[in-house]
Amino acid sequence: MRIDRRHFIGAAAGGGAAAALSAWFPAWAQPVSAGLKAQLPTVSGEDITLRIARQTMRVDGKISRAIGINGTIPGPLIRLKEGQTARLRVVNDLDEDSSIHWHGLILPFHMDGVPGVSFPGIKPRSTFVYEFPVVQSGTYWYHSHSGLQEQLGHYGPIVIDPAGADPIGHDREHVIVLSDHSQLAPEEIFRKLKVNPGHFNMQRQTLSGLLAGEDQPLNERIEWGAMRMDPTDIADVNGSTYQFLVNGHGPRDNWTALFAPGERVRLRIINASAMSIFNVRIPGLRLTVVQADGLNVVPTEIDEFQIGVAETYDVVVTPTEDRAYTIVAEVNDRSGMARATLAPRAGMVAPVPALRARPLATMKDMGMGDMSGGDATCAPEHAAMGHCTPADAAPATDHAAMGHGAGGMRHSMRDFSVAPQVKRDPSVQTISPMPVDRMGEPGQGLEDVGHQVLTYHDLVALDRNPDVRAPGRSLDIHLTGNMERFMWSFDGVKMSDHHEPIPFIEGERVRVNLINDSMMSHPIHLHGHFFELVTGKGDRAPRKHTVIVQPGGIATFDFTADALGDWAFHCHLLYHMHAGMMRVVSVRPRGDAA
Amino acid sequence: MMRTAFLLAGLSAIAFAMPAAAQSGHAGHGETPPAPVAVPEEPAPASPACSPEHAAMGHCRPADEAPATDAGMVGTDLPAGDAPAPPPPDDWYADRIFPKGEMEHARHAMMVENGAQRVGFVSLNLAEYQAREGRDGFRWEGEAWYGGDINRLTLKSEGETAFGEGIESGEAQALYSRAIGPYFNAQAGVRQDFGHGPDRTYATVGFEGLAPYWFEVEGALFLSNKGDLLARLEGSYDQRITQRLILQPMAEVNFSGRDVPESGIGSGLSDVELGLRLRYEIVREFAPYVGVEWTRKFGDTARFARAAGEDRSGASFVMGVKAWF
Repeated sequence: MRIDRRHFIGAAAGGGAAAALSAWFPAWAQPVSAGLKAQLPTVSGEDITLRIARQTMRVDGKISRAIGINGTIPGPLIRLKEGQTARLRVVNDLDEDSSIHWHGLILPFHMDGVPGVSFPGIKPRSTFVYEFPVVQSGTYWYHSHSGLQEQLGHYGPIVIDPAGADPIGHDREHVIVLSDHSQLAPEEIFRKLKVNPGHFNMQRQTLSGLLAGEDQPLNERIEWGAMRMDPTDIADVNGSTYQFLVNGHGPRDNWTALFAPGERVRLRIINASAMSIFNVRIPGLRLTVVQADGLNVVPTEIDEFQIGVAETYDVVVTPTEDRAYTIVAEVNDRSGMARATLAPRAGMVAPVPALRARPLATMKDMGMGDMSGGDATCAPEHAAMGHCTPADAAPATDHAAMGHGAGGMRHSMRDFSVAPQVKRDPSVQTISPMPVDRMGEPGQGLEDVGHQVLTYHDLVALDRNPDVRAPGRSLDIHLTGNMERFMWSFDGVKMSDHHEPIPFIEGERVRVNLINDSMMSHPIHLHGHFFELVTGKGDRAPRKHTVIVQPGGIATFDFTADALGDWAFHCHLLYHMHAGMMRVVSVRPRGDAA
Repeated sequence: MMRTAFLLAGLSAIAFAMPAAAQSGHAGHGETPPAPVAVPEEPAPASPACSPEHAAMGHCRPADEAPATDAGMVGTDLPAGDAPAPPPPDDWYADRIFPKGEMEHARHAMMVENGAQRVGFVSLNLAEYQAREGRDGFRWEGEAWYGGDINRLTLKSEGETAFGEGIESGEAQALYSRAIGPYFNAQAGVRQDFGHGPDRTYATVGFEGLAPYWFEVEGALFLSNKGDLLARLEGSYDQRITQRLILQPMAEVNFSGRDVPESGIGSGLSDVELGLRLRYEIVREFAPYVGVEWTRKFGDTARFARAAGEDRSGASFVMGVKAWF
């Protein structure tokens, strides 16, 4: 039944053999700005061969160096079916080691594709065969876990069809891979970040802005200056060097997805960026979120959502009018956007909204979350557990005792007594003095956009969580960094400093508090596991593989360490990981540990 | 159901532990691990498998221990316990499947790749034509470093030439630089002077970094091979007028422990230099600028200058480029 529908979709979406054929041409070789309706090349079945090689790519008419898979960027869509065995022969045609990590897939650790953690990597001109049972369904993706190859185009989408009926009814679907692309070599981007803090930020506060009455008033600028914090530091690498892509196409290429009015169109949106957190919306259409990180959620209707690097969201839209819509993926510092079109016919365009004003970081982003006097999104049951402070119950006495009355700036921004486990290290610029749970917030710059924006609190798992035990213990992990030195670490320790894994016992259930001591958002990814966000949803907690920890905030998840082996655990901002924001997590049978 | 899952997971661990030597390193690898042929001697006692008598002995925590008393609370609503964290393991699971040597190599590469990169940087902070009363000249101030986040080798050089007279004064420093906090580096090394004055050699210690309110500051003590002690403090501030147009006030003060007549330096505060430069960042890496500079010598330094027929103070109009690579 499902296959029948797919056949139908194939015919409908292609609109004829000519369009179907164009899938086998590199889509970026097609004329600029004519509007593209190319489908991604697809590979499926039991035996799949993927070839990693250097190539060029064309974005908005400009050619640059890239790494592709089977000749395309993004790589081919890998379409699997739950219950099958996937056998993926990966040929490395590069002159350097490479790898593919299957992001979000539950598989044996030695198939996870992280060199130095799960396997030795794939040597130049050699082949590695990944083989694993496909035990899940949903939207996922794959990418290199070697060096900075991912930035060059080494990524692609995975769609796994469920073994049974798909509870998400849809008439048509499109895969939307968001990514970022620069003409600069990734090593050069990293070096510039290291030697020149804020190198790519072309939206700083200026004197002319002050005179024009923009941004912070003078007294706030002075206060922030005293702390050496820049409120415009939202994205380290941004539109000043990046172009933002949809399925490998620039905004002017205008990749176009077709629909017939009245259809339920499922958009499988994957953020395959190296560094870009996007805010996604389709002006004129409500978005029904049906899946997050590959797992079904209770459908929830919103107007916009933030998608962290490596997250995926499936949304269903039902456009009824015979008109084009613009799919807008605005990067979180509003320095650029990825743009595509949803239209009944190729060649149609809809107005493209202007970039909105860039957000400024707030005191809350510096981890002074409690100062506002509580969290409006704090649910009573959550508060009872000490996870947050409800707005009306903010303890006034504590405030006074901590010396932040009127001034509000008396906090030490680097008080290690707040976080004793954090190493006193130059990589720690600040420690959030009073971080709060921010999973109920939509993300920087989205608090006041005049429509409904998704938060993690809106997500409810469609299926009951598989493990509903209480966590046996809890674990704090501080996300630490120094924006002046571009150093990033966990607990003040870089991956390169410390090889000891974070240990877990097989089968144990642990609550992990990710405490963001920096003023940037970090999408944190745990390999090999899904975790349940602790957002007051009981046994219907949304299960994810990647979670954004908002600046100066806390994100909490429970997870069952049920996947034996060693796994990578890191910030999915590529250059943050590259700077050290990573650790190995070990899962061992009880009694096996030293 | 869950029990079965855990048991299977435990079994698969044993499967991984089975001789993997026959498997090739990276070519053609990827067969599913061989099915376990024997019941493991010590099945991994995942907590759901915790028997009551075992639990009573404190060996494990039964899975169903979750307090059912929390009315209505379930799953992620339940509070976390306070079980101790396990000790970190002393082995790597991938070594059971892949050749240990290859994994060691890959592990090392992975570590270096995630935080231990070395970076190089070369900058010309000042490279300017100085128009002033008397003779025009050229002035430079540059820095280069190479190293990691904490430890770096830093080279610095600055000096002035008067056109037609060669290098008036110049110095070069080779320093070991170490990050001592989020914003500051401590530096120690040697300084060599060259130019018209005596070619002194100094041992030097100093610091550089970012002070509150975004002031770039730098200071150093220099002890010469003749026993003279000099000190220098510098500071500057980037006032961003637009994203690319930047006004940079800067100041430098020099001190000396005693008179050094050969170098024309008097004890105490010897001289002050103030500059104001307006640069335009065509790209971040390249910014032409114009500006003014004012210098004044004090105390014996001023006296030495007068004796040499020089002014105790002077102003210059400057134009140059700030560039880095």
